[in-house]
Amino acid sequence: MTATPPDTAPPVITPSRVIAALCLVAPFVALLWVSSYARLTPRFIGIPFFYWYQMAWVPVAAALTYTAYALVRREERARKGGAAQ
Amino acid sequence: MKNDVNGVALGVFLFFFLAVTVVGFMAARWRRADNALHLDEWGLGGRSFGTWVTWFLLGGDLYTAYTFVAVPAAIYGAGAAGFFAVPYTIITYPLVFLFLPRLWSVSHRHGYVTSSDFIRGRFGSKSLSVAVALTGILATMPYIALQLVGIQAVLDVMGVGGSDSTNWFVKDLPLMIAFAVLAAYTYSSGLRAPALIAFVKDALIYLVIAVAIIYIPYKLGGFDHIFSKASAAYSVKNPATGLPRGSLVTGPKAQWAYATLAMGSAMALFLYPHSVTAVLSGKSRDTIRRNTTILPLYSLMLGLLALLGFMALADGVGKGIKGYNAQLAIPQLFENIFPSWFAGVAFAAIGIGALVPAAIMSIAAANLFTRNIYKDLFKPDATPAQETRVSKLASLVVKVGALVFVLTMDKTVAINFQLLGGIWILQTVPAIVGGLFTRWFHRWALLAGWAAGMAYGTWKAYEQTSPTQAHFGGNSDMIPWIGEKGYIGLTAFVLNAGVAVVLTLVLNAVKAPAGVDETSATDYVVESGDSTTAGAPVPRPGDEPGVSPGVPEPA
Repeated sequence: MTATPPDTAPPVITPSRVIAALCLVAPFVALLWVSSYARLTPRFIGIPFFYWYQMAWVPVAAALTYTAYALVRREERARKGGAAQ
Repeated sequence: MKNDVNGVALGVFLFFFLAVTVVGFMAARWRRADNALHLDEWGLGGRSFGTWVTWFLLGGDLYTAYTFVAVPAAIYGAGAAGFFAVPYTIITYPLVFLFLPRLWSVSHRHGYVTSSDFIRGRFGSKSLSVAVALTGILATMPYIALQLVGIQAVLDVMGVGGSDSTNWFVKDLPLMIAFAVLAAYTYSSGLRAPALIAFVKDALIYLVIAVAIIYIPYKLGGFDHIFSKASAAYSVKNPATGLPRGSLVTGPKAQWAYATLAMGSAMALFLYPHSVTAVLSGKSRDTIRRNTTILPLYSLMLGLLALLGFMALADGVGKGIKGYNAQLAIPQLFENIFPSWFAGVAFAAIGIGALVPAAIMSIAAANLFTRNIYKDLFKPDATPAQETRVSKLASLVVKVGALVFVLTMDKTVAINFQLLGGIWILQTVPAIVGGLFTRWFHRWALLAGWAAGMAYGTWKAYEQTSPTQAHFGGNSDMIPWIGEKGYIGLTAFVLNAGVAVVLTLVLNAVKAPAGVDETSATDYVVESGDSTTAGAPVPRPGDEPGVSPGVPEPA
């Protein structure tokens, strides 16, 4: 951080980028940790946990990716001084 | 099983098939640019597709007929292990969000048509770009062949052609006609044909899934009943191995395989040439990013589709038939449960679902051949019109090759090659994804890593045995040092990346010549019409105005 000269390049790590990164990493942690969901119960309308839990991650992951997209786009526009688009 | 022709279903199927044929030929006139002879027009749809067209195109492209048949078939065959397709298609989108917008930007800036174009520009290495191009072509060919397997499954169940005919010509004629029609409109309309047909395909698929997921459980007595019947079917032991057929959840020993397969497949998915082609046809960087947030809708559909595998089990499809072809399970389920006319709609959805990706894959493979083998190696001064002509011809050759592949060889050969294809594509990750973020890697190190990964992956896949196959019996093997079974492709990728890192350190230390990098850091974040960089791409000499052009090529 100390290497960044004042008044030139904006910092590489910003709060919204950190949040965006967390949004993108979350599905990996949840879905690659198979033993956390490899069981039959609780069932949902008769579907074992293993299946409905993974399918429930589809909309969750989509929402997280969208959040990351919105954060990154907002920051990009701010950096361009609001000139683009 | 039933061998008499199902007239109503066949009639509905033919109706939709004819409709998309008309659409396919008319697509040539859709948003036509002034210069139809430029490869950007035929091979990338003029780089003009907006968010929704790209969504349909990518969805139609990635979720293929083979997927629709094979994923539920895997569930039908073994249970939980087949469900890895769902986590795989979830975690692929965060990855895509990170790297494909960069690929889009740099390709837009420099007029790249394929990922190998980018490799050549970034690393100044023809051998590396040819290696990546050949990997792509090799991995795509069997994938096209598998689309034919999807159509065949549908034709079989409808009682047309199929395995019971004695005369090979009568048996394969329907498939040949379907493919000849596909080849003709791809040749004349290029990427615009599958883009338009994808609308029809996806509408049909969504309709069929929505109906199937409500109607079939209703007919079969609810999900509780379906899963208890499926559970009973999985616990039956295979007399050859003494092991149960499958299970409803992944056992502790299968979890590494499940996770590594999901991760490896997610990394590979968007490096397949047909994915890159669809991505580069988008008109802006934002189109691609927005798509990563709406494409997961297809993953939801895939998950619902996978559940059909359990329904086929509960319905008793193939029960008691020795060596039943699991690929037929889903079409057979549709025929058993749906009224004939709706079964016809479902079959049309699968059949058209095969045509869209087959068209895009053949275009992608043709673009790779034209740009990175024909132009780079044999005819560096090819004009855009010549490129387009070669690409069109190559798309025909690729399709005929796939057809011959399916008709002359055993189906398991195509499946084995597709398994290998996934492992191979994964070996292009260090060069392409690495290259998108850093120029640190040395081109020779990447080439050596690629060779090591290809060799290891192929060798290990060859070694796998299963009760029915002496080779290529599976895609998992012991991971060295970890001692768990994992996806071979991912292990090979780690080896590949390791070799690339170590050799880069060595080669940089001895100051081996690095290639010329024609890209600059800002090229990777360019948006279409961005004025903050060096401006709009410069037209090539000889280009007609009004065409979105690339940057001048060194002639």
